[in-house]
Amino acid sequence: MNFAELYRRLDESNKTGEKLSSLVDYFGQAPDDDAAWAVFFLTGRRLPQLAPSRILRSWATEQSKIPDWLFEETYAWVGDLAETMSCILPSSTSSEESSLSEWVERIRQLRGLDESDQRASLNALFDQTSDRDRFPMMKLLTGAMRVGVSQGLVVRALAKISGLSNETIAHRLMGNWEPSAEAYARLVDPDTADADLSRPYPFALANPVEGDIAGLGDANAFLAEWKWDGIRSQLIRRSGTTYLWSRGEERLDGKFPEIEASAAGLAYDCVLDGEILAWKEDQPLPFAELQRRIGRKTIGKKLMQEVPVRFVAFDLLEFNDVDWRSRSQQERRAKLEEVLGTEPGIFRVSEQIYANSWSQLALLRESARERKAEGLMLKRIDSPYQVGRVRGHWWKWKIEPYTIDAVLIYAQRGHGRRAALYTDFTFALWDNGVLVPFAKAYSGLTDHELTEVDRFVRANTQEKFGPVRSVTPHLVMELAFENIQVSNRHKSGVAVRFPRIVRWRHDKTINDADRLEDLKRMISPR
Amino acid sequence: MQVTTPEMDPTPFRRDLLRLEPAGLYCPAGDFFVDPWRPVDTAILTHGHSDHARFGSKRYFAEVSSESILRSRLGKEIDLATKAYGERWKLGNAWVSLHPAGHLLGSAQVRIEVSGRVAVVSGDYKRQSDPTCVPFEVVPCDLFVTESTFGLPVFRWPSPEMVFDSIHRWWRENQTAGRTSLLLAYALGKSQRLLAGLDASIGPICLHGAVHGPTQLYRNQGISLPKTITVSEASKDFDWSQALVLAVPSSQGTPWLRRFGEVSTAMASGWMAIRGTRRRRAVDRGFVMSDHVDWLSLLQTVRETGATTVWVTHGFSNVVARYLREHGLSPGNTVEASPLETQFQGDAEDVEENSSNPEDETRS
Ligand SMILES: [Zn+2]
Ligand SMILES: [Zn+2]
Repeated sequence: MNFAELYRRLDESNKTGEKLSSLVDYFGQAPDDDAAWAVFFLTGRRLPQLAPSRILRSWATEQSKIPDWLFEETYAWVGDLAETMSCILPSSTSSEESSLSEWVERIRQLRGLDESDQRASLNALFDQTSDRDRFPMMKLLTGAMRVGVSQGLVVRALAKISGLSNETIAHRLMGNWEPSAEAYARLVDPDTADADLSRPYPFALANPVEGDIAGLGDANAFLAEWKWDGIRSQLIRRSGTTYLWSRGEERLDGKFPEIEASAAGLAYDCVLDGEILAWKEDQPLPFAELQRRIGRKTIGKKLMQEVPVRFVAFDLLEFNDVDWRSRSQQERRAKLEEVLGTEPGIFRVSEQIYANSWSQLALLRESARERKAEGLMLKRIDSPYQVGRVRGHWWKWKIEPYTIDAVLIYAQRGHGRRAALYTDFTFALWDNGVLVPFAKAYSGLTDHELTEVDRFVRANTQEKFGPVRSVTPHLVMELAFENIQVSNRHKSGVAVRFPRIVRWRHDKTINDADRLEDLKRMISPR
Repeated sequence: MQVTTPEMDPTPFRRDLLRLEPAGLYCPAGDFFVDPWRPVDTAILTHGHSDHARFGSKRYFAEVSSESILRSRLGKEIDLATKAYGERWKLGNAWVSLHPAGHLLGSAQVRIEVSGRVAVVSGDYKRQSDPTCVPFEVVPCDLFVTESTFGLPVFRWPSPEMVFDSIHRWWRENQTAGRTSLLLAYALGKSQRLLAGLDASIGPICLHGAVHGPTQLYRNQGISLPKTITVSEASKDFDWSQALVLAVPSSQGTPWLRRFGEVSTAMASGWMAIRGTRRRRAVDRGFVMSDHVDWLSLLQTVRETGATTVWVTHGFSNVVARYLREHGLSPGNTVEASPLETQFQGDAEDVEENSSNPEDETRS
């Protein structure tokens, strides 16, 4: 099975079991260099885009002998450049079965060429690719390779063929993983004495509490903490060096110099799991403030003063070179308190909330919004530190979101599997008799409802601006969001965080929709 | 829906030939409509799909082999006169005849001739082979009304042989893995085309109730189809894992599927050519098979009719009309093409292939 065949199977299947066995089949027989690149792409890593989309588009348009506008119309409808190109280009005469690493090699040859040489190389590339291989090849060319496989599934497949544990593979895959035959061999190497000082552990993730909280069992079996909206990070202190990682496996080095400076003062080598928060006058600042720190190349004194941060640690994963993840939550927490102490500073041990019943906790949870927290985290005190989102150990119990009834006024086509439908909507609220847009929302409707809204949009379009249609105001939807704050970058004067559709309010007309002032009233005083 | 009249040649004979009215395409010289979407006095129907054949008109004309389909859908008692392909008859000052459209059993293009000028309303049509209906016939004309359900250059149909090969391979793989093969397809037309191409020696073929009805109508017209049983007829200990079950798309996700145990779900439709629409249907496999023309056959057909005026309905009308206007039929040979906002569609989705008749939902 070559990579194109694997890609087809993964893409077509909706069943995890089938995807897993396709991956196992593939990795079981692929040469190491191919396997390395497959791991690279399937775990969401990508090549830098070597040929700009503009050149790819004009090249494909020219090759398929259709006018520019028709290519653009078609692309807008399909929603995926790689797919548009592979469906539109003339049939290939090649029946060559190339390996993945050969593809990568050919694609890399586009680097640094000028436009006309790139076009010539694209022609050659295209000539060497059979129709069957065309789509995944084009995917590599355009960069993104999402194929409905999670990193966790790739890890499971590799664990299965190597006989290693999921944890070992996941750990080895963390960070900057360079694809090569050697790297792949190391990845599945049965000798587990490897170590890379900078490498973080896979993060444990929480599941949302659904339904009755009492379903979790005895409240005393859990440790409760506030759930903050910050940057989930691991701080690694090994052999006198500090590494800071985000959950997105990005190095945060240099973004938070004050955290790194404090880490240098730690008495022990250790790995901490926690949340970086912007914090001023004893309460967290909105996430947008923290974003200012990530967005900058260099962090000046002024910004550090405006947006002071702290590292709220809630777990300890390694202590003096020993992996502590298999020990209980309780034990790890005790060690964490010992390592960080109680002195106020950049590092804080996350506050533990004591309560001995769910009703008490529920009451405390009600105060989360005033504390600028998102709700509670509940962790089983006897649980080891898990890899990924394993049910039953960590729960997030968020407060009910804010909701508001808004009017749909613009629609845009979706992407990927929703490319053919109008699924991206802009919603508005009343302000002095005018509908003012304030939020975009993509998710929350069922497929059936989406089809229905799509039909409505097509039949009630007022104007088209490129891919966007303005729609006769008629549909009212209830939107939920996590947070709200004043913003002068938005026409409405407010910015909402994580807006999504809760339900379609068939029972409401646009006159029943909420007003902008209702939304503004929800902004809690600082 | 707002109906916009296309810019038409202002010469009177053309207006007399065909124009768009609120109720649909109308021939003033013969005082009749083709596939009207409101009740009228006289309606000529191209075929039995629900976006073309609507209830309530006083008098209908249609091709003879579509009679049982139309009566089962519009009611036994409708006033329906049938004509054979090629038979010419006169309505008012217009000469009318029906010609094969290759879309499904009894599907017809309507040829209308008034004072030496000819218009052809093609309804839905395809150029690929289909053993269950008479193949499409090119009818030379001045004005051609074409559908454009799949009028984008990304739509290129693979040969039916290739598609059946992959269906058969999928079926066999499922048999080995012990999974029921559930193939979703539109009940009228597509299902029978599939049946005709399936290799019944692989295993038993079972039908959803909504597929069984139209299939019987085909058999009664003498179309030879492999032996099937309906799902409800199957015995308690029936081994579903060896069977291919042909069902309507609306059965997806319903309790009706429980009896089959582990299932691999596939769908046969032109939309399966695009990954986004395939994933949205959440099927395991998508087989690209359509009863409509793809991009190239659409252009080829327009060219072959020799029409100098083309009206485009049903789907990507704006795109196809613009392409025809700018590129003509052949170099130096211009064509006047305009989109026609009809009620045959949403604007990109084919009613027939994307949803099914409400009547299908309730039956099993
Ligand atoms: Zn049809
Ligand atoms: Zn139709």
